[in-house]
Amino acid sequence: MYQLTDLPRNTNATIREVTAHGAHDPIAVRLAELGFVQGEPVRVVAKGPVGGDPVLVQIGYTRFALRRTEAARVMVQAEDA
Amino acid sequence: MNAPAASFPPTAITATPLSIALVGNPNCGKTALFNRLTGSRQKVANYAGVTVERKEGRFLAPSGRLVRVLDLPGAYSLNATSADEAITRDVCLGQHAVEARPDLLVCVADATNLRLHLRFVLELMRIGRPMVLALNMSDAAARRGITIDREKLSRALGIPIVSTVAVQRNGVHDLIAQIDSVPPPPPVMAPDGNLHAEVRRLLAECVRMPRHTAAIDDTLDRVVLHPVWGLAILAVLMFVMFQAVFTGARPFMDGIGNAMQVLGDWLGAALPAGPLRSLVQDGIVAGAGTVITFLPQILLLFLFILVLEESGYLPRAAFLLDRLMVGAGLTGRSFIPLLSSFACAIPGIMATRTIQDRRDRLATILVAPLMTCSARLPVYTLLIAAFIADRKVWGFLSLQGLVLFALYAAGIVSALAVSYTMKLWRRRRGHEIEEHALLLELPSYRMPHAFDIAIGLWERSWMFLRRVGTVILSLTVVLWFLSSFPAAPAGFIGPAIDYSLAGRIGHAMQYVFAPIGFNWQICIALIPGLAAREVAVSSLATVYALSANSDQAASQLQPLIAAQWPLATALSLLAWYVFAPQCLSTLAVIRRETNSIKTMALAAGYLFALAYLASLITYQIAHALA
Repeated sequence: MYQLTDLPRNTNATIREVTAHGAHDPIAVRLAELGFVQGEPVRVVAKGPVGGDPVLVQIGYTRFALRRTEAARVMVQAEDA
Repeated sequence: MNAPAASFPPTAITATPLSIALVGNPNCGKTALFNRLTGSRQKVANYAGVTVERKEGRFLAPSGRLVRVLDLPGAYSLNATSADEAITRDVCLGQHAVEARPDLLVCVADATNLRLHLRFVLELMRIGRPMVLALNMSDAAARRGITIDREKLSRALGIPIVSTVAVQRNGVHDLIAQIDSVPPPPPVMAPDGNLHAEVRRLLAECVRMPRHTAAIDDTLDRVVLHPVWGLAILAVLMFVMFQAVFTGARPFMDGIGNAMQVLGDWLGAALPAGPLRSLVQDGIVAGAGTVITFLPQILLLFLFILVLEESGYLPRAAFLLDRLMVGAGLTGRSFIPLLSSFACAIPGIMATRTIQDRRDRLATILVAPLMTCSARLPVYTLLIAAFIADRKVWGFLSLQGLVLFALYAAGIVSALAVSYTMKLWRRRRGHEIEEHALLLELPSYRMPHAFDIAIGLWERSWMFLRRVGTVILSLTVVLWFLSSFPAAPAGFIGPAIDYSLAGRIGHAMQYVFAPIGFNWQICIALIPGLAAREVAVSSLATVYALSANSDQAASQLQPLIAAQWPLATALSLLAWYVFAPQCLSTLAVIRRETNSIKTMALAAGYLFALAYLASLITYQIAHALA
């Protein structure tokens, strides 16, 4: 299990869970609405030029830029190559 | 009862127009669809109390029925996280205070991005209102080999589905026909249940997609988002844009300037001498007219921004710069508004609407006036030409150019310093418990479409012109009044402005401004300069009793001030112009966009304080060294 921030670029992975920070975490709720839910395949496509922040994530047919703190909420399982 | 009415076809006597609302995710091509449906018959305003754009248009359906179209702000969910999304939620649920509930929801989904967009469609179906689904960009979907079994999907959802291509002339034919027919029954949808699982099931049954991404997006993003090449491309793009904005707009600006000159002269000759002529010539044409000369620059800048926006590049720029801007207390999304502010802070501040986080938006608005707008250039040019020697440094760099560059850099550096200070201050006050969200979608690259660019340009220039016609015009008139009354009595020696209210205020101001080296002439010029910064040049000229237009005045004014002012005064005035909120229109737009007089006062207060401090330090050091 990785945090999405630690997933190497262009490695296929599957979302295990999205952890909320506290009982009321609007960012975790929004991540789920954008499709970050258990079982979805994801891939990190690019990382920002400074400190690898933000990360660009391919999920479904869409690309989202997530700051590291946002991406750290997403736990993933890398697929065996 | 009414014989003539009865002879009309039944639909034509429907007196009340049909009201529909376009609703969908951001980047679903909703606005292009709206443009295609309504053409130029659009009304753009704000929802009451919030700075969310309200776009309404209308068209005549083939049956003769009038259709009112509301373009709701893009939303990912009814669980709103921004003012935009709250409007969409309230209108869809029929909970909005003013907006009536639409008769029909036209749900727009990008046919190439159904996994994300169908979820929102399902969420909207739960409302249980008559609804149509428009699968937009179906041409792009077909090109990528995506096949959608529309009939099957329509049966599964229980709502009519039409394909649309918003960028083609006849691309909305089916949609109009659907809107014009009998309204569909409201869909039935269980209020609970896992929407994601439902989307997966629908996609598996009705959609075939050869690959998840467009090949062109993958290729372009590999270069455009590359840590080195990406930043290099961004730098080149910005350089080209600035070159084009500053040199390309020049002839048009000179043209408008000359036209204003001719208009002023013509009006001057046509009107009898007296206060009315002075008001029209020196007040309205010289003041508001000068601001209009910036229109070509603003249009060209917006043309660039619109093309970059439509093509999908701007979110990429935000991606590349986000980390740097977060470090300075801003967000990647601040990039565009701050960029626009180099032409003029007014459109820049209006562009902060795209920043969803309230705190990030406020920080961006507060530092936008520190970007060197083009109205400062005439002042900088005058002072640099008069006081900085025209010589080379290290054999190849022009000293004058270096000073100009330093003034631009001073603005950028202080903007970053100010936003950083605000970030620290918020943190100390414990306001940073809640995280700032980015969650930025990078849409597919698209070819910008001339029709949509033209409508966007028209909207923005109209907004700017309306501002010139209202706020700026009235301020100009007030300042003209202050500078003209009371009129100097016969036999008064010296420039007439000296006797006026503005003149007296200028003399009184000198007590405050003496420590930073401003003489009374500068103090007077600062007052009309509040309407628009560059007016200070013509005002200085007026005060120095030269009656000439701005360009001529500048050329005669230059040797005059070079001979009369100490260098320390000139440098101090330059430092003043880097910071001072010498622009009432900017303050007015800050008040309107934030809906808060307190924020406007905060902006004015901190900018004046910085300006005074910078000028004081500059003057005292330069004075001591001289």
